[in-house]
Formats: sequence, structure tokens, C-alpha cells
Amino acid sequence: MGFKNNIRHGPLADLGGSVSIKTIKTNTRKLIFLFLREEDYFYRMNYLASIGSYSIMIREVFKKPTKWSIMKDLILKEIDELIYGSLGIIIFISFFIGGVVAIQTALNLTSPIIPKSLIGFTTRQSVILEFAPTFVSIIMAGKVGSYITSSIGTMRVTEQIDALEVMGVNSLNYLVFPKIIAMMLYPFAIAIAMYVGIFGGWFAGVFGGYVSSADFINGLVLDFIPYQVAYAFIKTFVFAMIIATIPAYHGFYMKGGALEVGKASTTAFVWTSVVIIILNYLLTQMLLG
Amino acid sequence: MIEVNDIHKSFDGTKVLKGITTCFDKGKTNLIIGQSGSGKTVLIKCLLGLITPEEGSISYNGKVYSELSGDERRDLRQEMGMVFQGSALFDSMTVEQNVMFPMDMFTKKPKSEMQDRVDFVLKRVNLVDAHKKFPAEISGGMQKRVAIARAIVMHPKYLFCDEPNSGLDPKTAILIDNLIHEITEEYNITTVINTHDMNSVMEIGKKIIFLKNGIKEWEGTNKEIFKTDNKAVTDFVYSSDLFKKVRQMYIEERN
Repeated sequence: MGFKNNIRHGPLADLGGSVSIKTIKTNTRKLIFLFLREEDYFYRMNYLASIGSYSIMIREVFKKPTKWSIMKDLILKEIDELIYGSLGIIIFISFFIGGVVAIQTALNLTSPIIPKSLIGFTTRQSVILEFAPTFVSIIMAGKVGSYITSSIGTMRVTEQIDALEVMGVNSLNYLVFPKIIAMMLYPFAIAIAMYVGIFGGWFAGVFGGYVSSADFINGLVLDFIPYQVAYAFIKTFVFAMIIATIPAYHGFYMKGGALEVGKASTTAFVWTSVVIIILNYLLTQMLLG
Repeated sequence: MIEVNDIHKSFDGTKVLKGITTCFDKGKTNLIIGQSGSGKTVLIKCLLGLITPEEGSISYNGKVYSELSGDERRDLRQEMGMVFQGSALFDSMTVEQNVMFPMDMFTKKPKSEMQDRVDFVLKRVNLVDAHKKFPAEISGGMQKRVAIARAIVMHPKYLFCDEPNSGLDPKTAILIDNLIHEITEEYNITTVINTHDMNSVMEIGKKIIFLKNGIKEWEGTNKEIFKTDNKAVTDFVYSSDLFKKVRQMYIEERN
């Protein structure tokens, strides 16, 4: 049995040199235990605590609803802010991403036996399966997510959330529920992103002289599987929920002043992106694998 | 009347309130004073139900808060009005919408009736031309008056104010103090004010509670604070030369 020094190098070094290794040798096998210092254990437990308080927040959002006449106005306002206000950037990004995918595909088709219609096919698949739902969601995590965190965080700092609580208002329902409902329209924005992305691919392909319009359209309809669009929209619904709630969590439970609002926005963006990427992998495996 | 019975509260192992027992009288302006970090804000947040004490109880007209159900707590909260230190007005709403918000949220009154009430309370706090302005477009003193209007619009039984005249010039601070005092007597409500302002202590402190390191060090009226020999109180209240001279004059006058 041996007790080694703390790890300073290698893949575990990023744990802050706080991991100790204990090795126990028996007749048949060698057991290696990793030990975390107590404070690091609790630091890592914070992640679990955050997941717990996030779940409690989601439950509270749906409790004790705000009066419908007020909630209706809040939902319309959030649709305007979160969805309508994001259409410009979504259209802009989608058009150019679609264009770049078409050009990249065309430039890599060097063999004369590969039909040019593959440019349309690749653009469709890339845009519908990944670029529109996932890439645009990452962008939205930055744009919409930081807006949600900073607006709720500022309300926390300026005691407006306390004012709501003192009045007897369920502040989570009042602040977060309209954002969740508004984000349920997010798949419509993604549908626009898909359309514009494919249009961007056609535009770049045809006007760049890489493919004829007829070949591109032939590729678009080639082996089209409607379920893949459904898969993209299922992903989008999940991402919409993530984009509405993780930034809201970081804004609602933040502590401190103006500087911390900025930090909370950054943290919210990082975590929203991480969760989107992980869920994208899991959903793809579950729905297409 | 609010009765506070032996409440304790700590954060991360640091005891902030160490067994506060007192009562806040109806129809009076009750002041909580003390140095920064003495536990004033935590006490007022406990009174509002925003923080739950670890030990002890708080009762409102005989009803113990911790024994109330969720609905009863919500009903009780609707009997409370709060003026926050930074006013806490909703940025996205006009002055009028801010004041109407609690009625809009909790009553089914017709719009015209709510509008009449809003006009009345805004007139009561001497704000007649600011209905359509946003909080960012009005001065700090006006924001405080809007906050008071919003706090009293639902006819509260309890009014809480966290440093209502901080950041205001002396003249506006006196106006705000007088307004809160008048409203307290006019509507016979229990008002609790958390303040650092010694003018407020002298002018409107019908009952004063002095906190030091989470303990109630002294309790009395604005008349009694002149006579007290409690060193902690005199060190705090008469820390400026001006107040020392005022106290000296008061004692000489009495003799």
C-alpha cells in the first residue's frame, strides 16, 4: 500500500494538484483510489447543488401563475425581444453559413465522376441537421442568453426582484415563464434559418459559378428524409428551453453588483453552450443513432 | 403591531442577529438604527419574510409568520408596503404603471377605479406631473416618492422603509421623512424605518431601536435618546460635532 504525493503533471494536474493517489496491492489485482481534498470535494458538490437549485427553479416557474391579463402582455413583449429581435442576426448568419458550406463543398469536389448536385445535397444536410438548429442556438445563447441574464441580474441587483417578492408575486413565474413561452416560437426562427441557409448555398453556388441552379435543386430533393427535419425541430425545442432557463438561473441567483452581472452573463453563455453541445450529441445518438 | 421574539440569523457561520426581541407599535414611526453591519437590513428582511430566521418568531397583529400557510403568508405580504433603499422601481414601466402594478396584479377593480387611486396617491406624495415618465427620467427624490406611492397604494397595514433618504439632499430627505411620518399617522399603519440619518432619528423617531453587532443595545424615543448614558448609543448618534453641540445645548437647557 502506498500513498503518493499530489499530482502536479499529467491529465489530472488541472484539478489543482489536489488529487492524491492511494494504491492497494492485493494478490490478484492492484486497486488505485483517487482522493479529493475535502474543500475540493465540496467545490465539486457545488455543481450538483446548482443542478438541484436549477430543478427547483424550473418547478417554481410553473407554480402560482401570474394573472393572465398581465402575463399575456409579458409574453408578447418577450416574443418581440427574444424572437422577432433576433431574426435579423439569424437571417444574416444563416445566409452566409449556407453560402460557405456550398463553396467549401464545391471546392472539395475535385473528381469529375461526383455529380455537382452533391453541393445542394450537402448544403441541405448540413444546414438542416446542424447549422440551423445547433450553430444558430450557440449564437442565440450569446445574444438572447446574455440579454436574459443581464436583465434579470440587474433586477436582482436593484432589488426589483425583492420588490416583487414583498408584493407576494411569484417572481420566477413573472420573469421566467414568459421567456420560456416566447422561446417556444424559436423553431419558427430556425425554420427561417434553414430556408435562408439553403438559399445562401444556392446563391453562392450559382452566382459563384460552382453549380447550375438545376443541379443544386436536384441535390436538394435527393434522398430527402422528412424525419430529419422533425429531428432538427425536436432539438430546437430542447435548445429553446435551455436558452430560456440557464441564463435566467444565472441572472436570478446572482449576488453582487454591476460587475457580477457581467460575470453572470459570461458564465451563463458558457454553460448554455456546453449544455447545448452535450445535448446535441445525446439527442443525435438517441434520435438518429 | 409587529412583535419580534428572540430571533437569530447567521450567514456562513457568522451570527448576524443574536436574539433580537422587540415590538414595533401601530401608528408610530419605528426606527432601527446602528452602524453598517449591525444587522439592520437583515432584521428588516426578516420582518418582510424575505429571510427566514433560524430561531425565534415574528408575529403580525398576533399572527405568527412561521405558523402561517403559503396562502396566508401571501395575503399577509399584500398588507405590507416596502420602500427600498434604491427605490426598486420597475425600469420598463412608467411612474403610473409602477404605482398601479400591485393593484393590477392582485385586484379585479375596473381600470378607471385603479386610475383614480393612482392619481390620489401620486397627489398625496406631491407628484402630479410625472405620471408618464420612466424612473430613469426623474430625480432620486421623485423616485423615492413614487416608491412610497407604490407602497401605500394597496392600503398596507405595515410599511417598511430601508434607508428612505439615503442619497438625497438634506431638504428632500426631510420632505421624505415628513411624508412617511404623516402617512403613518394618517392611515394608522405600523411603519419600520431602517436608517443612518440622525435628522430622521431626531425628527420622526417615535420609537428607536439601536442595534450593535446583532444585539439590541438600546430602545427608546427621540426624546430619550438625548438623555441616554448608553455609551454605544451616544458614540453612534453624537459622532458628529454638530450633534454633540445640540446634545450639550439640550442638557444645559434642561439644567
